Amino acid sequence: MSSTTETIMHMNERAGREKTLFGFWLYIMTDCVLFASLFATYAVLHKSTYGGPDAAELFSPSFVLTETLLLLTSSFICGLAMLAVHQRRKTMAMALFFVTFLLGAAFLGMEFSEFSHLVSEGNSWARSGFLSGFFTLVGTHGLHISVGLLWIAAMLVKLAKRGFTEANVRRLTMLSLFWHFLDVVWIFIFTIVYMMGVM
Amino acid sequence: MASYVVGFVLSLATTLTAYFMVTKHWLSGNGLVLTLLSLAVGQFVVQLLFFLHIGRETRPRWKMLMLVLALVFVLIVVLGSIWIMYNLNYRMSPMEMEKYMQRQDGGI
Repeated sequence: MSSTTETIMHMNERAGREKTLFGFWLYIMTDCVLFASLFATYAVLHKSTYGGPDAAELFSPSFVLTETLLLLTSSFICGLAMLAVHQRRKTMAMALFFVTFLLGAAFLGMEFSEFSHLVSEGNSWARSGFLSGFFTLVGTHGLHISVGLLWIAAMLVKLAKRGFTEANVRRLTMLSLFWHFLDVVWIFIFTIVYMMGVM
Repeated sequence: MASYVVGFVLSLATTLTAYFMVTKHWLSGNGLVLTLLSLAVGQFVVQLLFFLHIGRETRPRWKMLMLVLALVFVLIVVLGSIWIMYNLNYRMSPMEMEKYMQRQDGGI
């Protein structure tokens, strides 16, 4: 095979990867619109407590701050893991993705305990419009986090088995985009639902 | 590396500022709401630049274009819903509302 053909093949491969990443970016943008509709629902319903408790009574700022710091650190560590991927340092990358996973799991655990605490005190999604909006918005974010955690676990297995193949690097790049995006959505949940709720 | 550290430190700073603004009651009312929202938007931009590297994209900037389009959708959906529902509440007179609620479930 002449070197020109090789160059062209290499360029095709690169163009293919760019296309996949752009497609994934488009998915994330549509997810933004999904979250926008849930934020809009929450904004409209947040005062409709139907005689039940409102945000100020239910949420604890320090608890939410801990959740936020866990997720933010997780997003940061995920970025460092991607740097290790670009340097092709396998042990380092796997260790950092594992830390990302642990922090994300701790976040999800806290969210789960918050939800079960609310439900056990009779403040479930059925209590009021405000709580329906709250559970749908924060629950959808939590569902995304769960999917992200499964994805990280799957990628750890793939990395251990195959190492930095073209496909694995592409998947890891998409995974990191997804994980950073979830932290971006959380900024707004933290501000609009929790901080503006308890002020 | 430096980019992630800068992004992380700035995000931490905005998060903690927002937290202490609320818990220490540094501000209140509309001023606080406005400050909190600006801090959130600030952190959003920081993470776009330093975590998602949106500024490093080469031309043509399709990602940036799609992001702007998505943000337009987001603003229309969120602000539009709030505007419409606020007006609906405002224009629904209390008596009509009471009758409506009684029809629904016999009042609270």
